[in-house]
Amino acid sequence: MKDVILTASFRKKFPGGPGIVADDLHIGGGITVLFGASGSGKTTILRCLAGLETPDDGKITFSNQVWFLKNGKVFLPPRKREVGFVPQDYALFPHLTVAGNISYGLQELPANERTARVTETLRWLGLDGLEHRLPHELSGGQQQRVALARAVVRRPKLLLLDEPLAALDTPTRLRLRGELRQLLRQLGIPTILVTHDRFEALALGDDVVVLHNGKNVQQGATAEVFSRPVNLAVAEITAVETIQPGKVLQVHDGLASIVVGSTQLTALAEDLPVGVSHAYACIRAEDVVLVRADEVQSSPRNRLSATVRVLVRDGPLVRAELDCGFLLTALLTEPACLELALEEGDQVFALVKASQLHLIPFTP
Amino acid sequence: MSGAEWQLVGFSLRMALASLLLILPTGLALAWWLARTNWPGKALVETLVSLPLVLPPVVTGLLLLQLFGRRGPVGSWLHNTFNCDVVFTWRAVVIALAAMSLPLFVRAARTAFEEVDVKFEQLARTLGAGEWRVFFTITLPLAKRGVLAGTLLAFARALGEFGATIMVAGNIPGRTTTLPVAIYQAVENGEDAHAWTLASVSAVIAFAAVFVSERLQRQRK
Repeated sequence: MKDVILTASFRKKFPGGPGIVADDLHIGGGITVLFGASGSGKTTILRCLAGLETPDDGKITFSNQVWFLKNGKVFLPPRKREVGFVPQDYALFPHLTVAGNISYGLQELPANERTARVTETLRWLGLDGLEHRLPHELSGGQQQRVALARAVVRRPKLLLLDEPLAALDTPTRLRLRGELRQLLRQLGIPTILVTHDRFEALALGDDVVVLHNGKNVQQGATAEVFSRPVNLAVAEITAVETIQPGKVLQVHDGLASIVVGSTQLTALAEDLPVGVSHAYACIRAEDVVLVRADEVQSSPRNRLSATVRVLVRDGPLVRAELDCGFLLTALLTEPACLELALEEGDQVFALVKASQLHLIPFTP
Repeated sequence: MSGAEWQLVGFSLRMALASLLLILPTGLALAWWLARTNWPGKALVETLVSLPLVLPPVVTGLLLLQLFGRRGPVGSWLHNTFNCDVVFTWRAVVIALAAMSLPLFVRAARTAFEEVDVKFEQLARTLGAGEWRVFFTITLPLAKRGVLAGTLLAFARALGEFGATIMVAGNIPGRTTTLPVAIYQAVENGEDAHAWTLASVSAVIAFAAVFVSERLQRQRK
């Protein structure tokens, strides 16, 4: 992780609601994703960072400047935090034009510089020609970009995005996902982004913080967290399709043998502390390869004889539920499915690399 | 209509407009305060603000008379500091109209402010705006229709005020007599035609103000 620029530890409880805990959050440069199911406290944490909510206690520090210290001893108001905040519904000022919205935060600049800044931002985001429109005259994608423009035109020190793509329809969301990443890269402003969508987290985040019941349960590089969840809760939140309890048989030469149901599997032993007897076997559906015949020369350590129980079409992908002594989910493309002539009830072989079988130890 | 009648209508309109100058700043501040903040004793202030709506107008007038009379706390101060007398002058008319119309304005403006989503105000703060700027560039423009509707209602109410006006300003023709007071006087004197002319003018202005006010509040969304 890069240099830490923001540290936060605080609690916030709403009357009748769950308590939100941000414990020892440390955010570096780049794009950090706060990831978790709805109700996990992501939005509250973001609003506390923006200064729109006051935590009950704790501390928030941004590059040597204290933003919040408990008991109201320090509370830097939002207008002094120099953050760019984009809420989930954008909250574009309905009575101001696109240009009026974008220039709202440029009050202290002279008029000509303000116009130049707005024009530059409009062009950068491909919004030229829309400056005189009112927010309700824009498409969802355009609204999203105006909200982003309004936040970044002030050149904030920190950008806070709450579910930036959630208000859009699916095709627009998918198109803008890649675009947003590029825009955020170009900006180079440290960004904290909240999402409950793991594809969005994977596509946008350099680092990810997984929140569960208002608690920070795992933090690290995105790919690392998603492929190596530290515990069952994280594995479930990050939606690992197959999570099966198993018994550890032996550990030898860095490889672990584990029995799940009646099937023996091989995994890397690096996640397994010495002397552990039980572990969950976690397999991502996209890491499962299906073949018709048991090719002798396939490299994956785990070759499982499987029966196709259910095939479910999911966009361009097909989700296959397999029975191989335990329930295993595989994800393959429609053409691949056709090529294999896959039907429910078929006998196939499922291949899983040892490195893609992740183990989470537990005590039964 | 005779020249004297026109003059009377003009005077009444000027008095009602002058009372708006008192109502707008006080009413906006009060409405915002009630809509956006919470404090102990708020219910008491709410009740006090709305009281003139239901209190007999002559009672409000009596209170104002006590307050602004030359021996009253405010009246004596004004007399000693500015050598300015209030009671039985046009100033008393303006104050009476303002006191009687303020509740209507505050109620309308408060509702309008409450309907403005605080998310816009919060976002403006993250963009560096202070509280005054948030109010004048976000809250007030977004509550514009309701505030305007309340202004028209208050104006119409001021034009029709009788009880409090006659208590503090009396009935001095050409100096403190307003439309409703003149109508009462005309009926007393048996000048029915005169009374009906003035009554029609009152009705037309009141109808127009309430009509526009209602339309503003309906169109709001």
